[in-house]
Amino acid sequence: MRHLIGIEDFSNEEIDSLIATAEDIIADPKKYSEVCHGKKLATLFYEPSTRTRLSFEAAMMELGGGVLGFSEAQSSSAAKGESVADTAKVISCFADIMVMRHFKEGAPMVASLNSTIPVINAGDGGHNHPTQTLADLLTIKREKGRLDNMVIGLCGDLKFGRTVHSLISAMSRYTGIKFILISPDELKIPSYIKDEVLDKKGIPYEETASLDEAMPKLDVLYMTRVQRERFFNEQDYIRLKDSYILTPEKLVNAKKSLSILHPLPRVNEISVGVDKDPRACYFKQVLNGKYIRMALIKFLLEEAGK
Amino acid sequence: MTVDEIKTGVVIDHIEAGKAMEIYRFLGLDKLDCPIAIIKNALSKRMARKDIIKIDHDEMIDLRVLGYIAPNVTVNVIENGKIVKKFHPELPEEIVDIVKCKNPRCITSTEQELSHIFKLTDKENHVYRCIYCESKAKN
Repeated sequence: MRHLIGIEDFSNEEIDSLIATAEDIIADPKKYSEVCHGKKLATLFYEPSTRTRLSFEAAMMELGGGVLGFSEAQSSSAAKGESVADTAKVISCFADIMVMRHFKEGAPMVASLNSTIPVINAGDGGHNHPTQTLADLLTIKREKGRLDNMVIGLCGDLKFGRTVHSLISAMSRYTGIKFILISPDELKIPSYIKDEVLDKKGIPYEETASLDEAMPKLDVLYMTRVQRERFFNEQDYIRLKDSYILTPEKLVNAKKSLSILHPLPRVNEISVGVDKDPRACYFKQVLNGKYIRMALIKFLLEEAGK
Repeated sequence: MTVDEIKTGVVIDHIEAGKAMEIYRFLGLDKLDCPIAIIKNALSKRMARKDIIKIDHDEMIDLRVLGYIAPNVTVNVIENGKIVKKFHPELPEEIVDIVKCKNPRCITSTEQELSHIFKLTDKENHVYRCIYCESKAKN
């Protein structure tokens, strides 16, 4: 049984194939409107989520399938103390595929080990969020026409940002990728990402605290939020927060072909003024997220049927 | 001090002084009913002091975990009173319920009866990571 727990569960060829399917869905959605007819997607959201849950539900509906599930732990059997393993066994009796978001890291993997239907990880604490990474990859592919040979700037909270870690891991598989890691010292990328991904694969990268210096070199800028609660003292936060807010003025030295991505939700790290800039891709990213989830559901259901 | 030589079994030599009991527990030797000798603080030319465990047991014992907890020991396999094989343990690909995941956000902290499983992710630096949350194993 195939599942998607972390992005490394899929080969490059499989990711390329999902992207190709998603692009075909975008080109001709009608062709796919009945491919999941009679199938049910269970959404097990132990943690509140708006975009990811609705994106999955919309994806399944557009494939002609049905949706059932819960959107918070309080309305699930977890409130009665049921284990994730038992829940996975029970849901396997009702649905054809399940999506799980859980506040505990590794919960979707436990579900996959106990399930007889495919399990998709829709975010497990601060650990993995592979469908966001797939949405990021589809967006980069559609904006740039390729996934290789580019400079990617990752800006903001690189220490705790799960989407950043997954994106580095995924993009490191392609040739000619260089990363510029833009963050305050307090939020630098963890050393294990450098040791076990970047250095191990010989991927070039620079670390800098200055978004302005990095800006002219970038083909893709992936913004994340610098959160107040990550700082030990208020002064450091106040000193640094504005350096990582993207404004139209900061884009003056950027390439015309730059693509700006953000996993959303945004708070204030990208000013609303940037939304009008044709280089802003973060709302397209949301739409791409739905299409890549359609491709993923279709792929996993086909694999399960083999 | 005299400890009888064993006829068939295993001698784990060059154990860091003071670590024998830890190895005894990790290998589950307390569950065996064969004769086992634990020699602590024996004189050693190489290590000054060392511990030794002698296990007089006909069947081969699962020693894979040694590669994780004590990779520098020497394992001597004895048959008919003679050493027939001598080796340093290799790092196991997976360790199960040897160390606990210390990440409070990991599912192992709440899920009932879930084994704590770690996989070898970096052989060079002896790094093991939890299969659920990918946290590094810490003793």
